[in-house]
Amino acid sequence: MIEIKDLHKSYKMGSNSLHVLKGINFSVAEGELVSIMGSSGSGKSTLLNILGMLDEADGGSYTLDGVPIKNLNEKIAARYRNKFLGFIFQSFNLISYKNALDNVALPLYYQGIKRGERIDKAMSYLEKVGLADWAGHLPNELSGGQKQRVAIARALASDPKVLLADEPTGALDSKTSYEVMNLIQEINDEGRTILVVTHEPDIAAMTKRIVNLKDGRIIQDTPVNQVRALQNV
Amino acid sequence: MFDLERWEEIFETIRKNKLRTFLTGLSVASGIFILVVLLGIGEGMRNGIAQEFERDAANIMYVYTGVTSKEYKGLNPGRRIQMKNEDFNYTAVKYQDDLEYRSSIYRIWNGIVNFGKESGSYRVEGVYPDYQFLENSGMVEGRFVNFKDHQNFEKVVVVGDKVRNDLFKDKKDPIGEYVQISGVNFKVIGVFTDPGGEREESRVFMPLSTAQRVFGGGNNIANMAFTLEPAENFEAALAASTRFSEAIENQLKETHTIAPDDESAISINNSLENAKRFFDLMDMIKFFFWGVGICTIIAGIVGVSNIMLIIVKERTREIGIRKALGAEPLSIVGMVLHESIFVTAIAGFIGLIASLLLLEFVGPLIETQYISNPSVNFNVALTTVFILVLAGAIAGFFPAWRAARIRPIVALRDE
Repeated sequence: MIEIKDLHKSYKMGSNSLHVLKGINFSVAEGELVSIMGSSGSGKSTLLNILGMLDEADGGSYTLDGVPIKNLNEKIAARYRNKFLGFIFQSFNLISYKNALDNVALPLYYQGIKRGERIDKAMSYLEKVGLADWAGHLPNELSGGQKQRVAIARALASDPKVLLADEPTGALDSKTSYEVMNLIQEINDEGRTILVVTHEPDIAAMTKRIVNLKDGRIIQDTPVNQVRALQNV
Repeated sequence: MFDLERWEEIFETIRKNKLRTFLTGLSVASGIFILVVLLGIGEGMRNGIAQEFERDAANIMYVYTGVTSKEYKGLNPGRRIQMKNEDFNYTAVKYQDDLEYRSSIYRIWNGIVNFGKESGSYRVEGVYPDYQFLENSGMVEGRFVNFKDHQNFEKVVVVGDKVRNDLFKDKKDPIGEYVQISGVNFKVIGVFTDPGGEREESRVFMPLSTAQRVFGGGNNIANMAFTLEPAENFEAALAASTRFSEAIENQLKETHTIAPDDESAISINNSLENAKRFFDLMDMIKFFFWGVGICTIIAGIVGVSNIMLIIVKERTREIGIRKALGAEPLSIVGMVLHESIFVTAIAGFIGLIASLLLLEFVGPLIETQYISNPSVNFNVALTTVFILVLAGAIAGFFPAWRAARIRPIVALRDE
């Protein structure tokens, strides 16, 4: 599903150049649930942003579902993001003036789906994350866990190939974190490929494979025995 | 533009961001409002000044004489030039096909008019029947002096409305009463009114022949007044009257032996030339108002662009989210522009309607001397709204375009 070879990325900080990714080789098969771990500054978020086409690599190749991702203009990147990827952010990134339902429906709007169909589809995803009753509520009327579940429903709405979660539990308490991870595991059980960036070992243990990053290089890449989140709830 | 989905998206954004929308709208609406009211006042001033000119016939030419200032053909400067009946008759006959109305005027000085115990000092003049039209006077009662009065040296007078009110306080009907002017009895045959108001209505007219005979004027006349037959347009009328007044001036200078370049002996007050000067002034004022109005609109546009910049800044994170979800740059530009155009258009029309209502209902209440019936050409107002909307769109485009170009990762990091 995901193939990256010798990926490099550096940021210019004034006159200095900060080399964040120093040759990442890494692949993810369909249906995997991978966590990318590392201390802050290890380059894990940068890697995820490049995978999410929110940022561009300086060197190396990236293939997503057989499509080489390079020299994208904004328009094509936007189309690919919409078609291939679903994002889950630490800070939820819901649009504050839209209610839960409309937030979930937004990726469908950019797919050009008509309003009626959009609402039906969005509603079914909200049901899936257990928030059908909260469809008409604005984000600031929802708890952190609920917001993240709305965000997950939104990420799923466009039926993407890969879900990218950047510290999805970073802003949540442990009980809510496990609920969210349980949801992510259930979605993975249905066969969807998911990448989770986290620095919490207990969250990483709930995935099927841990990739450890340090100073821009992969130092460890091991499959793990998945801990079901439901046991901890 | 006619994408229903987009409209729904815009309406939702507007509904959820009322303050932002209100502020954008306010700057646009007030800009249009001020412009239209200014244009209305400009038009009102134009109307007001046009009304001032209705006091006399708009194209009246008034000939009066003074003292020579130049030595000519052995004659000393300082001679007082006195026009005679012959001067008037010559002109009236020579130009009879061109002239619409004509009259010479003999002025009676110290015109004390008595009726019973009441008396007052008024301008008393002997005139021809045409003078009614030259003065733009209307009859309230009775009639003006006519040609027969003139031929028969009738001792009759026509008094202004103010004279009637002053002298005939109790008697409402002065027709047939006798007033004394310098001790001579005159029969009142009419009361006139004048658009020039009280000043013009405190006058008394009698037949020219009577005035000259009773008050010892011989065949002297003080002034001559003419109007020309109406021309097709203002320019033609102005040209004709200028030609005519030059001809009279030359003719009078010749008969009275005045140096051709003597400026002070013969004066001709051509109200068309005055009118032209005033209308030129009005055009200047109009340009000024347009200038102020356009500056106001520019200020409005700057305001809109400013607000657009703030809006885009405020929405940077939202734009990042939208881009992460698959919004193309063009759709971001479209979204921001669509909203701004929609808001400026609606606000522009609100400002337009508010100002038109103000002009419509408050305008007629303003009745100062120089402003009357302020109004504005609806098409002009509409055009300005469209210009504002267009300019607002152009002004909004650049921030929108910049917003669309921000990399999503940067936009998402924006707090």
